[in-house]
Amino acid sequence: MSNHDHHDEGNGVSRRKVLECMTWAGTGVLWTVTGGVPHSLGLIGSAAAAEPTGMTFMQISDSHVGFDKPANPNAIGTLEEAINKINAMPKKPSFMVHTGDITHLSKAAEFDNADRIISQSKLDVHYVPGEHDLIDEEIKLYKERYGKGTKGAGYYSFDAGGVHFVGLVNVVDLKAGGLGNLGNEQLEWLENDLKGRSKSTPVVLFAHIPLWTVYPQWGWGTEDGARALEYVKGFGSVTVLNGHIHQVMQKVEGNVTFHTARSTAFPQPAPGTAPSPGPMKVEDAKLRGLLGVASINFKQNSQPLAIIDTPLQG
Amino acid sequence: MTSINRRDFGIAAVAAMLLPVVAARAAEEAPDPLAVHIDNFVFQPAQLMVKVGQTVTWTNRDDIPHTVVCAGKFRSKTMDTDGTFAFTFTAAGEYKYFCSLHPHMTGIVKVE
Repeated sequence: MSNHDHHDEGNGVSRRKVLECMTWAGTGVLWTVTGGVPHSLGLIGSAAAAEPTGMTFMQISDSHVGFDKPANPNAIGTLEEAINKINAMPKKPSFMVHTGDITHLSKAAEFDNADRIISQSKLDVHYVPGEHDLIDEEIKLYKERYGKGTKGAGYYSFDAGGVHFVGLVNVVDLKAGGLGNLGNEQLEWLENDLKGRSKSTPVVLFAHIPLWTVYPQWGWGTEDGARALEYVKGFGSVTVLNGHIHQVMQKVEGNVTFHTARSTAFPQPAPGTAPSPGPMKVEDAKLRGLLGVASINFKQNSQPLAIIDTPLQG
Repeated sequence: MTSINRRDFGIAAVAAMLLPVVAARAAEEAPDPLAVHIDNFVFQPAQLMVKVGQTVTWTNRDDIPHTVVCAGKFRSKTMDTDGTFAFTFTAAGEYKYFCSLHPHMTGIVKVE
């Protein structure tokens, strides 16, 4: 653990500080972009209290529709609760990003169920796939449903509210012994996609597996993530949104804010605190405190993007 | 072929009846030498020695799906909980494999 960049001594971010950032309660992250720098407003409840102005978008992740094991026998029910939570927000978000693992086993019925529930938010949803979304026999269901107009295995970019968003895929073509992988083709595309953009444009990168190295022993990182971060170096405000690890983790490094969202399905243990990163069974009464969504608020010309992680309960 | 007399038949029959009991006990005591289990995102045993012609069976005992992939040699379907995959090794060599969903999971089968 001593050399991982999420507690870079040079920047004075201690391991303890990082652990303090790992909040456990939550439904989703509310992001707000203020002054070009995205920051989280915190949990959905407090986000509502803060009455964000400016553009707000939601992040949900790891809904694992189809999962029915002891850690949460009703993953579809908790996804529904998360969507209800979003629908109940006083200010309707502009859109939503889903950072992957929509389904558990890439079955058509799982994609159908996910769609039926997520569409109840009546928001545009920008997806990137998780490894669980690409395990159908012919690996075509994700692409058929969400891949229109995307490149490679499903990467793309778009602009909204003055922010440049880039959805990346780091769950295909993984190498034995390695971590998440973006690959040359996608990285070259990213470099070109960012080229010529004003450095004052806030950039949001989102992908399933964390782009920074959280815990390589459990595969929580992206082999060539550093190259992607190299391309966004000159930009004044960069926010990196990920899922995969089913818990909130945040760090700020220079101009880059890294954030992972909770799952809406089941929690996973903090790095190294369990024999494996598999689903964590908690008391029924505690489950909804560990699931959630995030909302992100962007305010022109004031503060960083504000992220609010909101648990389903608590 | 020799004929089996009544007494020998009796002994054989008793032995046949006992066999499943003995086999079951053996399974409890010694792990199947041709089985790899996935527990907690780990292939166990991570290294397996087998002979040409033998079949190895992988079983996923996690709550999360896994795969078994050996580049150019074999590739399982996604195994959900309790899913299995079997492969018969027909040539000697070292077969390094991994889980394509969780590539930090690796193992090797040595075939002689």
